[in-house]
Amino acid sequence: MTIRLRCLVPTLCLALTPFALQAQTLRVGLAEDPDVLDPSLARSFVGRVVFAGLCDKLFDIDEKLTIVPQLATAYEWSADSKTLTLKLRGGVTFHDGEKFDAAAVKFNIERHKTMPGSNRRGELAPVASVEVVDPSTVRLHLSAPFSPLLAQLADRAGMMVSPKAAQAEGEKFGARPVCSGPFKFTERIAQDRIVLERYAGYWNKDAIHFDKIVYTPIPDATVRLANLRSGQLDFAERVASSDIEKIRADKKLKTSRIVEIGYQGITINIGKSDKAKQNPLGRDARVREAFELSLDRQGLAQVVMDNEATVGNQWVAPNNAFYAKNVPIPKRDVARARALLKEAGVPNPSFTLVAPTTSDAQRLAVVVQSMAREAGFDVKIQATEFATSLNMADKGDFEAYILAWSGRADPDGNLFSFDACNQPLNYAGYCSAETDALLNQSRTLRDPAERKKVYEQVAARVLKERPIVYLYHRNWLWAYSAKLGGVRDVPDGLLRLAGLKLAP
Amino acid sequence: MFEFLAKRLATIVPTLVFVSMLIFGLQQLLPGDPAKILAGEEQDPTVIAYLHRKLHLDEPLPLRYAYWIGGVFKGDLGDSVRTQQPVLQLIAQKLPVTLELALLAMAIALAIGIPAGIVSAAGRGTVWDAAANAFALWGLSTPNFWLGILMILLFSVQLGWLPASGYVSPFEDLVANLAAMIMPAFVLGNAIAAVLMRHTRSAMLQVLSADYVRTARAKGLNERTVVLKHALRNALMPIITLGALELGALLSGAVLTEQVFTIPGFGKLIVDSVFNRDYSVVQGVVLVTATAYITLNLLADLAYFAVSPRLRH
Repeated sequence: MTIRLRCLVPTLCLALTPFALQAQTLRVGLAEDPDVLDPSLARSFVGRVVFAGLCDKLFDIDEKLTIVPQLATAYEWSADSKTLTLKLRGGVTFHDGEKFDAAAVKFNIERHKTMPGSNRRGELAPVASVEVVDPSTVRLHLSAPFSPLLAQLADRAGMMVSPKAAQAEGEKFGARPVCSGPFKFTERIAQDRIVLERYAGYWNKDAIHFDKIVYTPIPDATVRLANLRSGQLDFAERVASSDIEKIRADKKLKTSRIVEIGYQGITINIGKSDKAKQNPLGRDARVREAFELSLDRQGLAQVVMDNEATVGNQWVAPNNAFYAKNVPIPKRDVARARALLKEAGVPNPSFTLVAPTTSDAQRLAVVVQSMAREAGFDVKIQATEFATSLNMADKGDFEAYILAWSGRADPDGNLFSFDACNQPLNYAGYCSAETDALLNQSRTLRDPAERKKVYEQVAARVLKERPIVYLYHRNWLWAYSAKLGGVRDVPDGLLRLAGLKLAP
Repeated sequence: MFEFLAKRLATIVPTLVFVSMLIFGLQQLLPGDPAKILAGEEQDPTVIAYLHRKLHLDEPLPLRYAYWIGGVFKGDLGDSVRTQQPVLQLIAQKLPVTLELALLAMAIALAIGIPAGIVSAAGRGTVWDAAANAFALWGLSTPNFWLGILMILLFSVQLGWLPASGYVSPFEDLVANLAAMIMPAFVLGNAIAAVLMRHTRSAMLQVLSADYVRTARAKGLNERTVVLKHALRNALMPIITLGALELGALLSGAVLTEQVFTIPGFGKLIVDSVFNRDYSVVQGVVLVTATAYITLNLLADLAYFAVSPRLRH
């Protein structure tokens, strides 16, 4: 049938053939302007979206959060879990033509660890040294077993940049990054566009079907969508949940909905500063339990996120392999909440909820306030600009704080820095020697089943103390042209370019 | 005139030094630690400590000012801590965009506002006057971002005539540049046109009732000559002042309009930099816009001489 049709319209056939061969550009609308494009220094989520086209990593993750090969083709742990041997892909070159080999891996890991201002230092802290075995084999020696390492190497800590370019550019490397991904850096105009061009020497070039990628930061979700609908974008990340029905009704567009690996929660100051002792919420675990019981998570997801969120009560979503089933999501129980408050001797506790000024956080604060009121809580909302709120959180100058986390592929990335004693993101001030021991133990275990058992114990302890009341996991909502095929729904929310194709 | 010019020029340098101190000092009042916001999600203490050293955050304020102003005198405005791009490069990228948008918006404002003001004053009490007043009310009361989004929905999504947003350099493609700029320029120009119309109308009404206009009419001059040659020239003085102020405001960036149309101009840059506590960018951009503002006011003063012969003597 197809063949016959083609023969019937030869002119069209002729017209289409060169079109398909024409240079193709993928235009991606980003929700923010990325920060510096240096994998060692990079800090923003949206920067990782651009890196997915620019810088290959040693490993990647797939739709099921499984670690899959990228620049490393195989790995092997030593029996004591203190040495990780990586086999590297052959025939890989950086965008400046330099060869990717074991020496380049050594250079990159050491750069991540030693570069002033590197954000990867903490992620690679257990890596004590890197040994070049041969050009295609490298060995990472760890100071202690650290099972989340593979997941770290599947993110920015595993991104490889050209050693020659990095040495030449020094601190300024991020202004003109040179990596080994499918596309090479062409130009960046702050807040306007980042342009990448196809790298002819890419090891997996058959999977790449675009000649150019233009990333355009368009912070306003309505405008981002208008650009997509008017054909000026092929892909828009993070569209507004309120627009999703309208997008689904549009036959020219497609959508993807992926449960994030991060979470939205309310951090409670239970030991960060003296303020914890001055407020019943921070002082008494029963009051925190009552607060959690006063909240209807499904209602929150519905009102705040237009139901574009999966409710949860832990650092990972219920569909995650490491979700601790021994601590299920508690149902809303206002009567029990009131009883707990009475038992604690504070039937009408009052506290201030610091909420960043984003529309989502503000909506969440108002709904939480109204739900908690039914149990007797008097929640005062303090709308605070994000930079200021971060400072307040760090100083412990808060009672409760709405904070979201973009999430990491390994549960350790969502947990350790928040719940181990004196960690930078432990704004709650939670500290328990037993929990620390369990968290450290989980880092030494490679068997997922064994790790899960330890996480169940962590959940039983931490979720009882409630330094963070986890509420839901947002859905990544992508909208893109119906002509765009090969979009993979990977839970980290980053657009993978291999296999993407735009139909004529 | 030259004496006046020399006096004005002599005040510019101290004004700019004062402005630079003010920018620097006021910025320190922003709550929150810039190193913390720049350190991103991870909040690694070693990174925060490094940023403190790099940004001299632990040193006294006057010393930090000296570091910055010393660089400014050498033509170095520093680098953006967030993206590593030199501030001068950022300004060089944004200035032509902001300048073009400001001039186009001003051209639209002048093309609509002044004729509407003249027609309204000359035909006071007529349908034209009512129409011009209605336009002014609409222009003043319509929020820019709302009008912008509606225009995008109509002209880009529904009709497909114009690009929804983005910027193309006029040197790359002039037609594409104008297609991208026409909506934001209209949105901005529309609001200013309304202000200009109101001022032109009241200035013209005042002048039209002056004795010399009555004399001109008594001499038998036609109404067109009276209005355009005799009245308008005198009515222009306050409009020049207002125009210069509005143009100066446009040069400091039109945040909402730039945001809606994704125009990479000063407004968006400065707001993002404030939220990200990227101090060197904020300082650099504010210094440049302050300089532009002062220069425009000087040019407005010079325009008075051109328009009003009385001042020349």
